[in-house]
Amino acid sequence: MNRLRDLANYARVMGMSEHALEIVNVSKTFVKRDEDSREALGLRRLSSALRRRRTRTAVVDNVSMYVPRGAIYGVLGPNGSGKSTLVRMISTLLLPDAGHITVFGYDVVREPLAVQRMINRVSVDAAFFKKLSAMENLIYTGRLYGLRPAASEERARYILGRLGFDKSRINSPMEELSRGMQQKVAIARGFLSSPVLLLLDEPTTGLDPKSKRDVQEFIKQLREEHNATILLTTHDMAEAEGLCDRIAILDKGRVIAFDTGDGLKAMCRKDDVTPTLEEVFIELTGRRLDSEEGE
Amino acid sequence: MSRILTEAMAAYGFVERQFMLLKRYWMWELVWLLYGMSMTLSIGFLGVGMQSLTGARLDTNHLILYLLTGSLLWGYLSGLFWDISHIVSWERWEGTIEYTFMAPISRISHIFGMSLFAIVYGIVRTLLMLGLVVLFFHLDLGKANLGGALVVLGIASFSFLGFGTMVAVLPLMSPEKGSQIAGIVEGILLMVSGVYYETSVLPRWMQIISAFSPATYTLRGMRRALVEGAGLGHLLDCLLPLVAMGIILIPLGLKVFQWGEMYCKRTGKLKRSG
Repeated sequence: MNRLRDLANYARVMGMSEHALEIVNVSKTFVKRDEDSREALGLRRLSSALRRRRTRTAVVDNVSMYVPRGAIYGVLGPNGSGKSTLVRMISTLLLPDAGHITVFGYDVVREPLAVQRMINRVSVDAAFFKKLSAMENLIYTGRLYGLRPAASEERARYILGRLGFDKSRINSPMEELSRGMQQKVAIARGFLSSPVLLLLDEPTTGLDPKSKRDVQEFIKQLREEHNATILLTTHDMAEAEGLCDRIAILDKGRVIAFDTGDGLKAMCRKDDVTPTLEEVFIELTGRRLDSEEGE
Repeated sequence: MSRILTEAMAAYGFVERQFMLLKRYWMWELVWLLYGMSMTLSIGFLGVGMQSLTGARLDTNHLILYLLTGSLLWGYLSGLFWDISHIVSWERWEGTIEYTFMAPISRISHIFGMSLFAIVYGIVRTLLMLGLVVLFFHLDLGKANLGGALVVLGIASFSFLGFGTMVAVLPLMSPEKGSQIAGIVEGILLMVSGVYYETSVLPRWMQIISAFSPATYTLRGMRRALVEGAGLGHLLDCLLPLVAMGIILIPLGLKVFQWGEMYCKRTGKLKRSG
């Protein structure tokens, strides 16, 4: 019986499911206490009823996206546009208010364990047990993904080597590593479990140009060798153009454009002048990528 | 079968991680051990000085053992309670909470792994301290039923596991206030469970609360085993409530924690670091 179920799952992952990732009409709203307006009005001593005033913000608004197996799709958007929220919902860390998300046919809300086995995520903040070494952190992560320490160590050394990590620092506590080195360990953690869907949330932020290139090459290799599907959010236009088969531009929680890099440029071409992807972004969102807005 | 193995490996991963952290924070561990020893010895000296303080003729060995059992046991139980109720806070401090919660493991394995570490670590630390205070005060443990004491401790650990898991939901749901409330719960347990006195000296309303605390039965059972040398038959009235509490509190704690986790996933509170 178990064998039959395993075979069914295998078939599902190996291509029976049309898309690696399906995001269908997904919305997420956050409720926040309206502290700023109270302070602005100097109304610190309002009645309790008023003090409880809350505002609802649609962070992701009716987003749909279908990512085929083996594709690299990019999501661009200014800070606060909903990129990380979308990644968190796919990662099973947030529940959508509406719509549904499936990973190789598994629903992220109803079948989170099945989804978690197939995904991994690299986020912009390299969070680790800071007193533990890079290797200790990776061995611990490996245990959570069913890898024995020897297997984790071998794979971690390979990935870190590919990323140009200084191997003499592999047993140093994380708190003694530079931001760039920590980010490389975070990337190694994301790749360690060989996920079939990899969620990269601004993975190269904070890396020097050489390290950035190493990571981008490794992402390409991962797709070529393992047919992994990748969803990448980035602020780096060259990275998006160089890696992504298709790019979605997200603004205020909505997908406002979705095409190949060239398609997006063609969309905004004026007087036979082809704009850069950054110009396309500014044209469509009315904002620069680094505009200040918390997410 | 492979699913069980994966979950067991993940649970062991938490134990291994905590021991690795213990190794890295060894200076702090030494500080806490010395601090705990000082506290326990101070309580012991209170027993030593009681005869000259009151002028009454007292069984000093009995009194010291009575007080030290309370002190050592509270050190163990409060440590266990702290480790379990701060499963989430710990991950928040390090910023790793999202990575742990998106790993393909059940929450039961997560909590079980953390609890297993807390129990093993707590028992080793308590036995070490017990050995040191016995030597220091030349206590006579010839009458003590050490096996019975370990049975009480083992069963009590499971009741505390359930209780701690329920309280762990507080730091999960409120990063700002959850840990503080967990501290208040711990303080109340200390007061009502009879750590240094019989619960019969408490006001009636406090005695009612103490009847619901697993620490009350643990302390009572441990004292009977260590001080009076009571056999398992005479410990049943302490063991049965502890077993009942474990049976009720462990599934209830897991249910409450799962509910809290879903609440956080709905409201986005897992993301917040504190």
